[in-house]
Amino acid sequence: MNHSSVLQVGLYLLILFLLAWPLGRYLADLFEGRVAERCPRLAAVAGRFYRLCGVNAGQDMSWWRYALALLAFNAIGVLVVYALQRLQVWLPLNPAGMAAVEPGSAFNTAISFVTNTNWQGYSGEAAMSHLTQMLGLAVQNFFSAATGLAVAIALVRGFARRSVAGIGNAWVDLTRATVGVLLPLSTVIAVFLVAQGVVQNFAGPTEVSLLQPVEYSQPKLDADGQPLKDAAGQVVTETVTAKTQSLSMGPVASQEAIKMLGTNGGGFFNANSAHPFENPTPLSNLVQILAIFLIPAALCFTLGHMVGDIRQGLAILGAMTLIFLVMVAIAIWAEGQANPLLTALGMDGSGGNLEGKEARFGSVQSALFAVITTAASCGAVNAMHDSFMPLGGLVPMWLIQLGEVVFGGVGAGLYGMLVFAIEAVFLAGLMIGRTPEYLGKKIESYEMKMVSVVILATPLLILGGTAISVLASAGVSSMANPGAHGFSEVLYAFSSAANNNGSAFAGLSANTPFYNLMLGPAMWFGRFTVIVPVLAIAGRLAAKPRLAVTAGTLPTHGPLFIVLLIGTVVLVGALTYLPALALGPIVEHLNLFL
Amino acid sequence: MNTTTAQLPQSIWRTLLAEARPAISLFLALSLITGLAYPLLVTGVAQGLFADEANGSLILKDGKSVGSALIGQPFSDAKYLWGRPSATGPQPYNALASGGSNLGPLNPALVDTVKARIAEQRAANPAQTGLVPQELVTASASGLDPHISPAAARWQIARIAQIRGLPAERVQAIIEACTEQPAFGLFGEARVNVLQVNLALDALK
Amino acid sequence: MSNKTTLPLLDPALIRPAMQQALYKLSPRAQLRNPVMFVVWIGSALTTFLAVQTSTGQGDAPAGFVWAIAVWLWFTVLFANFAEAMAEGRGRAQAEALRGLRRTTWAKILNEPRHGAQWQLRESSDLRSGDVVVVSAGETIPGDGEVIEGVASVDESAITGESAPVIREAGGDFCSVTGGTRVLSDWLVIRVTANPGDAFLDRMIAMVEGAKRGKTPNEIALTILLVAMTLIFLFACVSLLPFSLYSVASAGQGTPISVTALVALLVCLIPTTIAGLLSAIGVAGMSRMMQANVIATSGRAVEAAGDVDVLLLDKTGTITLGNRQASAFLPAPGVSEKALADAAQLASLADETPEGRSIVVLAKDKFNLRGRDLHDAHFVPFTAQTRMSGVDIDGQDAQQHGKRHIRKGAAESVRVWVEEQGGAFPAPVQHSVEEVAKRGGTPLVVADGREVLGVIELKDIVKGGIRERFAELRKMGIKTVMITGDNKLTAAAIAAEAGVDDYLAEARPEDKLKLIRDYQAEGRLVAMTGDGTNDAPALAQADVAVAMNSGTQAAKEAGNMVDLDSNPTKLIEIVETGKQMLMTRGSLTTFSVANDVAKYFAILPAVFVGTYPQLARLDIMHLSSPSSAILSAVIFNALIIIALIPLALRGVRYRPLGAAILLRRNLLIYGLGGVLLPFPCIKLIDLFLSSMGVA
Repeated sequence: MNHSSVLQVGLYLLILFLLAWPLGRYLADLFEGRVAERCPRLAAVAGRFYRLCGVNAGQDMSWWRYALALLAFNAIGVLVVYALQRLQVWLPLNPAGMAAVEPGSAFNTAISFVTNTNWQGYSGEAAMSHLTQMLGLAVQNFFSAATGLAVAIALVRGFARRSVAGIGNAWVDLTRATVGVLLPLSTVIAVFLVAQGVVQNFAGPTEVSLLQPVEYSQPKLDADGQPLKDAAGQVVTETVTAKTQSLSMGPVASQEAIKMLGTNGGGFFNANSAHPFENPTPLSNLVQILAIFLIPAALCFTLGHMVGDIRQGLAILGAMTLIFLVMVAIAIWAEGQANPLLTALGMDGSGGNLEGKEARFGSVQSALFAVITTAASCGAVNAMHDSFMPLGGLVPMWLIQLGEVVFGGVGAGLYGMLVFAIEAVFLAGLMIGRTPEYLGKKIESYEMKMVSVVILATPLLILGGTAISVLASAGVSSMANPGAHGFSEVLYAFSSAANNNGSAFAGLSANTPFYNLMLGPAMWFGRFTVIVPVLAIAGRLAAKPRLAVTAGTLPTHGPLFIVLLIGTVVLVGALTYLPALALGPIVEHLNLFL
Repeated sequence: MNTTTAQLPQSIWRTLLAEARPAISLFLALSLITGLAYPLLVTGVAQGLFADEANGSLILKDGKSVGSALIGQPFSDAKYLWGRPSATGPQPYNALASGGSNLGPLNPALVDTVKARIAEQRAANPAQTGLVPQELVTASASGLDPHISPAAARWQIARIAQIRGLPAERVQAIIEACTEQPAFGLFGEARVNVLQVNLALDALK
Repeated sequence: MSNKTTLPLLDPALIRPAMQQALYKLSPRAQLRNPVMFVVWIGSALTTFLAVQTSTGQGDAPAGFVWAIAVWLWFTVLFANFAEAMAEGRGRAQAEALRGLRRTTWAKILNEPRHGAQWQLRESSDLRSGDVVVVSAGETIPGDGEVIEGVASVDESAITGESAPVIREAGGDFCSVTGGTRVLSDWLVIRVTANPGDAFLDRMIAMVEGAKRGKTPNEIALTILLVAMTLIFLFACVSLLPFSLYSVASAGQGTPISVTALVALLVCLIPTTIAGLLSAIGVAGMSRMMQANVIATSGRAVEAAGDVDVLLLDKTGTITLGNRQASAFLPAPGVSEKALADAAQLASLADETPEGRSIVVLAKDKFNLRGRDLHDAHFVPFTAQTRMSGVDIDGQDAQQHGKRHIRKGAAESVRVWVEEQGGAFPAPVQHSVEEVAKRGGTPLVVADGREVLGVIELKDIVKGGIRERFAELRKMGIKTVMITGDNKLTAAAIAAEAGVDDYLAEARPEDKLKLIRDYQAEGRLVAMTGDGTNDAPALAQADVAVAMNSGTQAAKEAGNMVDLDSNPTKLIEIVETGKQMLMTRGSLTTFSVANDVAKYFAILPAVFVGTYPQLARLDIMHLSSPSSAILSAVIFNALIIIALIPLALRGVRYRPLGAAILLRRNLLIYGLGGVLLPFPCIKLIDLFLSSMGVA
């Protein structure tokens, strides 16, 4: 990392923390109901809204009622998104005349957006109508983020409350998250993005003339639109000259804003944030990466406020930041090197590795974006991870495999990190000879059971899914790259799906019946086998009294705890995935450089 | 909290029934807010304040769109500044199918492709004997990258100047005029907009 | 039991039976209790099968390698079994001593619950709770119970190791008797309170043998975590086979990973070190308690002791020596200190209370006044009405000592007595009285006839070294609270002298109970000791309650531990033992997981180097061959269990440092040490194997 990249990362973090600090306080006020108290008129509007929707806002839900409410809400989401895709051809706002999405892809996409994964098996500009994008995908961008936020808040309440049965009201939390946080912030970001050049309209593809007409060959189609084949069975191609370029349009900025803010990552276009209409300038890029980490970082402060000790939140934030910095350093260093196989051919490698990267971002902003999007569960990309250097690709993949707890998804990052914190204090507590406790709550076998479910779910989905896929011919045939890199593509796909990231080593042709069916459930279970046990922990913790802090209490706000937490996250991640990574990126790296 | 496992299935069902109405009505209400009202609001503001940008930053010449300042176009004619190779299909810079090559760093296909591009660049720019700028031989992420680095642009000046019969300084000046600097001199890279350079070159006549 | 010498950690006499036990424990049923070791057991069985299969010529890997792995996997299981058997063996040795006491005796069952009623003989093992028996001098008490009639001296040395007989009597705080102890004099009518097999001795034996040892809450939570880790590594290893198949196919070289190597990798990765030693740690913890002469009713209680953050201690007997002692003579104006001492000594010669004796001793120490024989002096004993004692010297002795009527007692009583005779109570004496009370002492005023001679200051004597113990507790994060019936002034003075953090003065039983509840409401865990029946509610409320063995049956039932030595400061040892148990588990778990890093570096390159030769770079230990690398890791994994048995039995030492310092220390030793240690060890084993030409 040179001087400039250190400055870029440092300035980024500085702006991030300056924004997250007040937002964290606001979130605490919002979800503790203090905002409503301060503003009676707002409370009255909200009250009318809840009555209209049949929500009993005063009800404090038990953890399982809370979980059921979230599950029901998300299940409805799957059905609606699926229906919109299948029916879009008959619905309005389809200027490009998109056909109904094929069932396997629609199933996969519905789960993908509901679970905050936003894995894109499809190509946005070639498959989705504006209505599907807005009312299906963008809405789920809001709802899945709101779900994550609600779960995180519920867990924090578990720590903050004492000896009560309830962890809050799911409907109120969802509404507050959507209308009180995501919507206003998205609006501001969207307008800024438009000013930078992100499109926002309801037009169909717009034709512009090409300065230099381009000749290309394409398969000749018969009357039915099927590729024509010659006697030998080879596809017959024809040479065509294109004099114009069709530019895809749509309500991009409004979706782009929530895509980043909600750590969703599902782009309007196939190339996602690498597409100039999604992310036209380095400045729009800066705003996008800030938006990814904004709420996850703010939630650390929220944690501190809600448990009444800001240092607790800072410790979590510190652990996240340290892991982040190390990963960023590795990624920027790795991508700052050009591919030695290519420089050997006489290519100038001074700009780093630029295959699959945009000139306006270069290797530093691309590597930074890749680390941020995978540290969080965003999954948006401004460069193609598949073409990263082996270690540059390993970092995003491993960050995903760590469980996306380095800032992480909206809500998901905090609750994931708190699960690790519970695990860390469990061992630490034993090591100092006390029944483990965290934030004043005793950690007992029930919590450990739920923690175990959480830490087991994703490795099972990732390693199991990858194992099946590399043995199945349908799995192997989708690989775009041979050998170890093909393996990395599959491993990345399941890591991304099970941890609800959504980014990909995109060479893998995942829009096949095999992968649509394998990855769909991976996303669903990767999301909810974490959320349900986390809520169970929240419920059990809320019911416990809060222990007093004494000299014998393990302090969970100092550097030692930060080191311990980092150690736990890193060690679990390393021990679980080292064998698999050794057969993918690590062997590639050794191949390339040693 | 004290619900035992035996009671659970029954209570789950009752809870679901009780929460069905809020679930559905809240879903509908919030969908309308975030899925319709929100994009309409943003579109309204965008079209009011930033109409140009909101509609694709189109470059108009004689009332006709000759491209977008943000979307690259393919150039292979020696008189034009060339941009990044594009991996979109079937034609390069297909804005209806954005995407990169997704070739891994060890993929022989990548090595072969780059080798061919280097040969092509060397043939087209015989005056240049040094290393070939990377942007000219590696595909961009979107396949629509409108930019190359100033170095990659300078590398082509001799060729363009010669074919067009222009002094190199003239071409250089145009390139510099079409160069954008990193944000705050820090974020991102300095970059030359290829389409704008070529439009300016053509406009010289 | 009665000797408090510690058992040697690895008593040679215990090793042989433990080795036998290790073999018996190979049965799958025994293994199922420990899921992690059960996985190793299955792995051993599987590799054994594969080893046998190699003889058919179609082996999973070279025969010698498979056999070696199979043998060492079995050793891994055996070593874990051995650790458990060693711990149990130590417990059993302690239990043997106890069992000697449990021999069947004959009990005289009374038909009516009164002394002198008809009785019949029955075996003690047939006694039920509620039966009433009579025990006469020289007989053994047949079961745990309560004295309902009679007073007798009882020899309890078999249980407590204390050779002096104790008095047991009906009613009050000394009515509880334990089966197996012997009545020395007189007789007792006892109502039996325990059913056969449920008596105190039986519970003790069961506890130390580990037979009835239920898993403690933290042990359960830890087991869950260990199972989760095992499953994760199971996923990682099982998925490695398809990964390997794909890699071999796509690289076009090498052979897929053998099942033997996979099993070896799995066993190396799963936390066998801690899982193999887990039950040994628990058994050893109980047995350490036994050595401290404390019987816990459950492991849960021992564990809870480690968490205690408030300690309630009775002043008398715990913080101070049981009795107040004379510490100074404060004469009235015009009276010499020696005269006061002389009078005080005379008045106390017949006073057999500890206070009285201490006055005699103090006078002797200060003025070399010896005890004198008085022939016809009339001693006035202390009564509740007069609240004075003393001596009237007339007749023969008066010629030697003068005619004297000496009284000593509470200031008010002496004032009344003096004023009745027309004397006056001088103001300076009243002043001294108040001064003494303010210092936390008890003033006794001495008067001779109508003349007030002065004040004797009686002081509570704080036990030597107790201040240091409390400082230690404070470092552990434990707050000490002194409970006393004294007034606030006295309590404050003693509290300051002893260095306790807080005190509860003028405490009644209900105040104690309320104090415990208040602390618990603040989220603190409270430990206390008690012996009387009136302590029972507070004992039941406390999180950790240590009843004195000398205490009542009610107190013992309410507590969750019994201290056989009836030594209230024992709580500190109990807390330490509780902490040690947790620390040993936590540290070994960390160690076990940290070890995996090195094992990966040994095994991963070994199994994949054929497919991807570049991975040889990861073999940073430069092991001699792939099979030697795998075998070395497996052997290390097995031997480390044996190597850590002493630590498991002894426990990780607890030091009263702050939580953070303690954690940093243990993280460095067991975390960082756990990462580093296996590298040289595996390398050494590899060197040894290759020099032997084994692999």
